[in-house]
Amino acid sequence: MTTAQQVHTDDHDVEIHDYDVVVIGAGGAGLRAAIEARAQGKRTAIISKSLFGKAHTVMAEGGCAAAMGNANPNDNWRVHFGDTMRGGKFLNNWRMAELHAKEAPQRVWEMETYGALFDRTKDGKISQRNFGGHTYPRLAHVGDRTGLELIRTLQQKIVSLQQEDFKATGDYEANIRVFHETTITDLFKADGAIAGCFGYFRSTGRFVRFNAPAIVLATGGVGKSYSVTSNSWEYTGDGHALALRAGATLINMEFLQFHPTGMVWPPSVKGILVTESVRGDGGVLRNSEGKRFMFDYIADVFKDLYATTEEEADRWYTDPDNNRRPPELLPRDEVARAINSEVKAGRGTPHGGVFLDVSTRLKPEEILKRLPSMHHQFKELADVDITKEPMEVGPTCHYVMGGVEVDPDTGMSRVPGLFAAGECSGGMHGSNRLGGNSLSDLLVFGRRCGAGASEYIDGLAGRRPAVVETDAAAAVDRALLPFTTAAEGGENPFVVHLELQKTMHELVGIIRKADEMEMALKKLEDIATRTRTVAVQGDRKFNPNWHLALDLRNMLLVSMCVAKAALERQESRGGHTRDDFPVMDADWRHVLLVLSALGEDNVEMVRKEQIPMRPDLLDIFEMDELKKYFTGEELGGHRADQGEKA
Amino acid sequence: MSYWAHFRVWRGDSEKGELVDYPAEVNEGEVVLDIIHRLQQTEAQDLAVRWNCKAGKCGSCSMEINGRPRLACMTRMNTFAEDEVVTVTPLRTFPVIRDLVTDVSFNYTKAREIPSFAPPEGVEPGEYRMQQVDVERSQEFRKCIECYLCQNTCHVVRDHEENKEAFAGPRYLMRIAELDMHPLDSADRQTAAQEEHGLGYCNITKCCTEVCPEHIKITDNALIPLKERVVDRKYDPVVWLGNKLFRRGEAANKNR
Repeated sequence: MTTAQQVHTDDHDVEIHDYDVVVIGAGGAGLRAAIEARAQGKRTAIISKSLFGKAHTVMAEGGCAAAMGNANPNDNWRVHFGDTMRGGKFLNNWRMAELHAKEAPQRVWEMETYGALFDRTKDGKISQRNFGGHTYPRLAHVGDRTGLELIRTLQQKIVSLQQEDFKATGDYEANIRVFHETTITDLFKADGAIAGCFGYFRSTGRFVRFNAPAIVLATGGVGKSYSVTSNSWEYTGDGHALALRAGATLINMEFLQFHPTGMVWPPSVKGILVTESVRGDGGVLRNSEGKRFMFDYIADVFKDLYATTEEEADRWYTDPDNNRRPPELLPRDEVARAINSEVKAGRGTPHGGVFLDVSTRLKPEEILKRLPSMHHQFKELADVDITKEPMEVGPTCHYVMGGVEVDPDTGMSRVPGLFAAGECSGGMHGSNRLGGNSLSDLLVFGRRCGAGASEYIDGLAGRRPAVVETDAAAAVDRALLPFTTAAEGGENPFVVHLELQKTMHELVGIIRKADEMEMALKKLEDIATRTRTVAVQGDRKFNPNWHLALDLRNMLLVSMCVAKAALERQESRGGHTRDDFPVMDADWRHVLLVLSALGEDNVEMVRKEQIPMRPDLLDIFEMDELKKYFTGEELGGHRADQGEKA
Repeated sequence: MSYWAHFRVWRGDSEKGELVDYPAEVNEGEVVLDIIHRLQQTEAQDLAVRWNCKAGKCGSCSMEINGRPRLACMTRMNTFAEDEVVTVTPLRTFPVIRDLVTDVSFNYTKAREIPSFAPPEGVEPGEYRMQQVDVERSQEFRKCIECYLCQNTCHVVRDHEENKEAFAGPRYLMRIAELDMHPLDSADRQTAAQEEHGLGYCNITKCCTEVCPEHIKITDNALIPLKERVVDRKYDPVVWLGNKLFRRGEAANKNR
């Protein structure tokens, strides 16, 4: 362990800290990683781009999926694993999906020991709710503010660890310290392994360097590259871009989740999330003709699992064992595409969405109890009372399935010492994430990364890579670049950002075409040039246009990854829909598109084969279902096949 | 539908600052934060403001709008007359960093002084059993998005820097109440609430409740019940006698 509070500065007036583990990102994944690293005796720094406790995790509403079996005793990890793979159209990294399904219950129960207060069942256990793609009620929840409960609980656990350290050492920050409003702009390597990172404090604009042999990326997603998004300003793909520039690889970047239900009106709130719980608790989707249109959009692979009549769908809420689920609860990609088609066919609402109605399905007091923050949000922002009238909703860019390619068990990327967890890692969710699987993902893989980083450090046996001083000096220059270009009269970074969002939204959005994506790639090159010469006003003290100028580089690199991979994959699957290749193709299921950095601001892509699924996991599914996704030769290890042989 | 509003925004830092006038375009359905963002995109690109979710869930964009502590993302422009000057200033109780951004570290310091959840001994993870009706009281307080509008408004500290040392503020007194009402918390919190965290400074004027964007009844449901418990403890003759005789008053006495 490094000793506490070594702070000094270098020649460029850069504040220098020494830590064992630096966790970049203070959402669910980052905080859970930090708790684990600290539990393993490692001195840990948490880098929070915003204030501590404001991370995007607070926006998660519906719940945290874990097969605890509290609501339906038939649930277990195998069913959860199956649902996750099905939701991701079997492109998921099966090992991650397995670990996730097995460990999620333990991670949720652990939250209770940290002080979390989930809603309860009648016998006092954690209540679980229905969600799209989950066979049984599986989401631990607190009304519709589960993410807030998680972030606050983890934040308060960190505080409790600091209190323990204070008792032992007289210093709250002896072993774990949160650096508020700090942005990391560079990672350092020495001899191919992680040596530290560099960034700035927002409040002062001063630079800071962390010397550390292990770094966990937990920076979340990339939604700020799109105009209509449920994501906050922080979601600029920082972890994705830092990983690329450090020599790590990204996978599955063509898969973006457009959440089917974002607000569509008024314009200023377009994209803000409307939780899936509305549908889980009985809400239905109707077009302008009043038709429950989802019955027309049940894809072949889901035909046996979803109700085909309104009567059966309605019976399911009270008798799920003898009826099939309503098609409103299909996985998100299916519902988003259906809404998109209805609107395109001219059956949309006045503001270009569809109607989501819970007012005719639940009593007002039930709605207020189960969906209080939705009620509040619509009342305050749109003058709509959801207990009396339907909401207008439409797809919004919500989640990136793609991210850093990591070892499933430890979370380590190709770069020794560089780990990734949560949304910025890739593989777990395949081509489409199920609702509720994000919060559980954060906890399961956050913990695994904290443990993986600790184990990695132990393996170094004290031989820590040292930051190369010329690299550190180059990082200073790079961070100051927007001020130097200012003199040459560049553009306002906010304007360039709008252009980037428009390009991605219009050309690499929910439905994609080859010629549009080619145009997007050309435009991105042009935007890259403009980004290099944006001009910022003012000084370094809490200066948002300087911050954006630096974030823009990351958004651009990530957007390039999305556009390149989306152009390459000639099929439609999950969060990737091609107008010119509308069908899912089994020959593409086992192919991963792997992206790596090419110089500072470009990327290259190669194809890679998926590792075949372990036979005991294949056996969880029926052969008939697998045949819809896999090629014949991939299924040799299945029990059915073995049985035939025997 | 759009019109031009007259915005007056405080610009400056910890040393000096002034109100600066900006004409700003306003479209249908917009909130104050939209207008701040438009200013950044046009004539004030270095205007400092905190924000994250833009949906009233993270509590980042707290500021004072026409003198009232508000979330900028939840303040609709149609609540102002079109010819009304909209004055936007930083939270007054905390030191200014720059423009609309203040140093809220006071709150994090106070958060760290409140003893954390004390898990019940001998109850394994997965074995926690609580009834919905029992968790609901604390759940109300856990709706808190930590926007610090209550901390900013509370007159105990708003114009009394000298009270900051001894007073945790409504948000953190509510945190004590939340833990005190947690069905499985095993610590005694009532004496410390009064003696270490300044519960006695609160004279229940309910200003905190009034500004809470989550509509949490901070005073009625958290602070007054906590005060009552403290008072019950202090003046209950049996407890008083017990304390005198056995010098106790620690964990054993947690009354519910």
